[in-house]
Amino acid sequence: MIEAPTFIARLSGSAEMQGEILFSPLNLELCQAQWTCLLGASGVGKSTILRLFAGLETHVNFKGKIESNDGLALAPKIAYMAQSDLLLPWANILDNVMIGAKLRGQQLELERANEILERVGLADQSHKKPTQLSGGQRQRAALARTLMEDKDIILLDEPFSALDAKTRSEMQDLAVDLLKNKTVLLVTHDPAEAARLAHTILVMTRDNLTPMPVPDGAIPRFVDDPKTLQAQGHLLKYLRTMS
Amino acid sequence: MNKILQSICIFLVVIALWQLIVSLSGLPRFILPSPMRVADAWWQNRDLIFTHSFYTLTEILIGLMIGSFLGIITAIQLAYSKYARILLRPILIFSQALPVFALAPILTLWLGYGLWSKVAMAVLIIYFPVTSAFFDGLMRTPSGYLDLAKTMQASKSAVMRHIRIPAALPNLASGIKLAAVYAPIGAVIGEWVGSSNGLGYLMLLANGRAKTDLMFAAMITLGVLSVVLYVIADKLAHRLVPKRQL
Repeated sequence: MIEAPTFIARLSGSAEMQGEILFSPLNLELCQAQWTCLLGASGVGKSTILRLFAGLETHVNFKGKIESNDGLALAPKIAYMAQSDLLLPWANILDNVMIGAKLRGQQLELERANEILERVGLADQSHKKPTQLSGGQRQRAALARTLMEDKDIILLDEPFSALDAKTRSEMQDLAVDLLKNKTVLLVTHDPAEAARLAHTILVMTRDNLTPMPVPDGAIPRFVDDPKTLQAQGHLLKYLRTMS
Repeated sequence: MNKILQSICIFLVVIALWQLIVSLSGLPRFILPSPMRVADAWWQNRDLIFTHSFYTLTEILIGLMIGSFLGIITAIQLAYSKYARILLRPILIFSQALPVFALAPILTLWLGYGLWSKVAMAVLIIYFPVTSAFFDGLMRTPSGYLDLAKTMQASKSAVMRHIRIPAALPNLASGIKLAAVYAPIGAVIGEWVGSSNGLGYLMLLANGRAKTDLMFAAMITLGVLSVVLYVIADKLAHRLVPKRQL
């Protein structure tokens, strides 16, 4: 018997911005060790959902609740990675990777940071400043920083959208490999990315959250897998009917 | 190299223009001395000028250090607390609205004719630009960094230390560069009001004795001093703050 995945975090409610509805009541559950991809038109509130989960400022009036399965606060379980790598330009890559511990006043785990940098392929770049790295390398460093946080829930806000196609697909493979057993919410504009990475695909509109069919197979799915390509096409078609 | 050549050319053009005005206008030398006469006065009085420059430079450097330190502390306090902003900001702006010339006699009365009344003038004049520039930088930390820090459960003081202050260093560098130019003005105003040392005093003394060439020599020395201070502050800023941030 296959056990139904249990949610680890859930957001239910609606949001208004300056008196206008941003999104109607919805229910979004993040399931344990699964990738949930959230798609939708620009300005529909995808990033707002992500920021609400992260406990960040949103400038919207949210009515509802955000909860974790164990009833404890969600914020300490979350790591966040944005479209911009947010690497501190004055600090080297190693210091950027360890910034979380520094900000919490904890002991720095140098050995672990070096190990993670090795896993993302930046071991020999650890003493460089972010400006000395390429876009792809910078996102790898940001991923290393996210891994260093060692949190259960990872929120990804279009982290690979600024990268070229080749680097993007490599980063997707790396992210799936390194974020194994993590619960991931990925906000993306890219149907191909969703088709490759998602266990659950949700398309968000002002009125609802629509689950979409997901191709079979383990993630990351092959870029040329017919079922993945079919799912990508279907998703794109659906997104086009919305506009 | 090009920059140095450019500066030398501009300097030579200014000197030539000055000489031209002197030659064409036929003004007496106690009204407008020629560049050669000023250079001669500088050479003849070089020991005197060096001694007084040393006093002024000491006042400027101590003023710069104290003023920058106070400006940095104030900016951090203002950025830290809303209440500090409500309380201190009006005082800060009010302090700038007061003409420093008006304060100079009082400061001399309170602190005496020595070094400290001039240091106080320099501090007063640079405190606002340093505070204002650094505070602006502290309040303009890119929101992405602050979001990231929040998701990392950072404390307010840790965010200040590891993110807001480093992110605002280019602004602080701009404030200190401005301060390096303003500080000599403060010190010299102080010397004009009451002193027996410094380039300001020397200018006043030379002016009173109609030694306009010496007055010009002292004034040019002060100008060169300010430029050198600015260049040093600029170089330090480039060394302390990563290039991409400036």
